[in-house]
Amino acid sequence: MVKVNGVQLNIDGKTIAEYIKTTQYDIRRIAVERNGNIVPKSEYDKVVLKEGDSLEVVGFVGGG
Amino acid sequence: MVLTEEMAERYSRHFVLKEIGVSGQKKLLQAKVLVIGAGGLGSAALMYLAAAGTGVVGIADFDRVSLSNLQRQVIHSSGDVGVDKTLSAEKFISRLNPDVRVILHNAKMTVDNIQNVISGYDFILDCTDSFESKFLINDACVLFKKPYSHAGIVRFEGQIMTYVPEKGPCLRCLLGGVPPRDGSITCSSAGVLGAAAGVMGSLQAIEAVKYILDIGDLLVGRVLRFDALKMQFSAFDFPKSDSGCAVCGANPQIRSLADNRAEYEGTGCM
Ligand SMILES: [Zn+2]
Repeated sequence: MVKVNGVQLNIDGKTIAEYIKTTQYDIRRIAVERNGNIVPKSEYDKVVLKEGDSLEVVGFVGGG
Repeated sequence: MVLTEEMAERYSRHFVLKEIGVSGQKKLLQAKVLVIGAGGLGSAALMYLAAAGTGVVGIADFDRVSLSNLQRQVIHSSGDVGVDKTLSAEKFISRLNPDVRVILHNAKMTVDNIQNVISGYDFILDCTDSFESKFLINDACVLFKKPYSHAGIVRFEGQIMTYVPEKGPCLRCLLGGVPPRDGSITCSSAGVLGAAAGVMGSLQAIEAVKYILDIGDLLVGRVLRFDALKMQFSAFDFPKSDSGCAVCGANPQIRSLADNRAEYEGTGCM
């Protein structure tokens, strides 16, 4: 199980990009942190989620 | 600095707060805060900064007031349609609080002018309405070591975070760069609930006041998100900067704003 914003999800083995595609998040407008470290955009399709990982995902909007 | 009798009465609700008091009020009266963008976020931020007795309030905007702004940009009035937003906002502030000195920057912030504009201020609020402008402000604040508060609002949702040099991540650490434009979410066509923009702008004013007074916990390393439909605030902790960040990282590719001009000059619609 992987904790995403405090909720346990069964997404072990998926990359961050694969997981985000299953959600409402717009992958171009999010910040992702894994186990306390910011994940650069270029690694979303490389980082594979493992049992016990903790993710924070937050969407950004650009209006004012 | 000596406070007048009128000031003593005007700020009496600040004096009774132990975190502010007379000494904090004096700090506010000597502080210089710049608000970039006098729109939905900037209206609320400017009004509260002025009411709080911020000594110098800078307003940067290049747009004129239009009727469709007034549903959320509450510092402007029906009679201001067609007037420069800087002038309209100044008029409101001078009526609200004569203790505030207003400085107008009636120009779009660019690679060429932003350093000059931000250099005179203690704290900056990014109240602009495009990611291009938001990244220009972020990178300028990183390169010229200025603290600032970022916010964004679209529809019923917004986010805010604060950057203080050397203390936490910048916007580029979190997002990488200006996201590609999404045809369905442009600033002129996207709806926004006026009061939701006011919430986010008010939060930015709170960050400015806390920074000036050095009280409480700033949103440094922390993104606060507001969803007005669910009526939920959520906080996301991002305590560490990205060491690979292109502007604040260990080996930055962006060493001057001019290096990165194209990214700031997208088709921003502010
Ligand atoms: Zn950074």
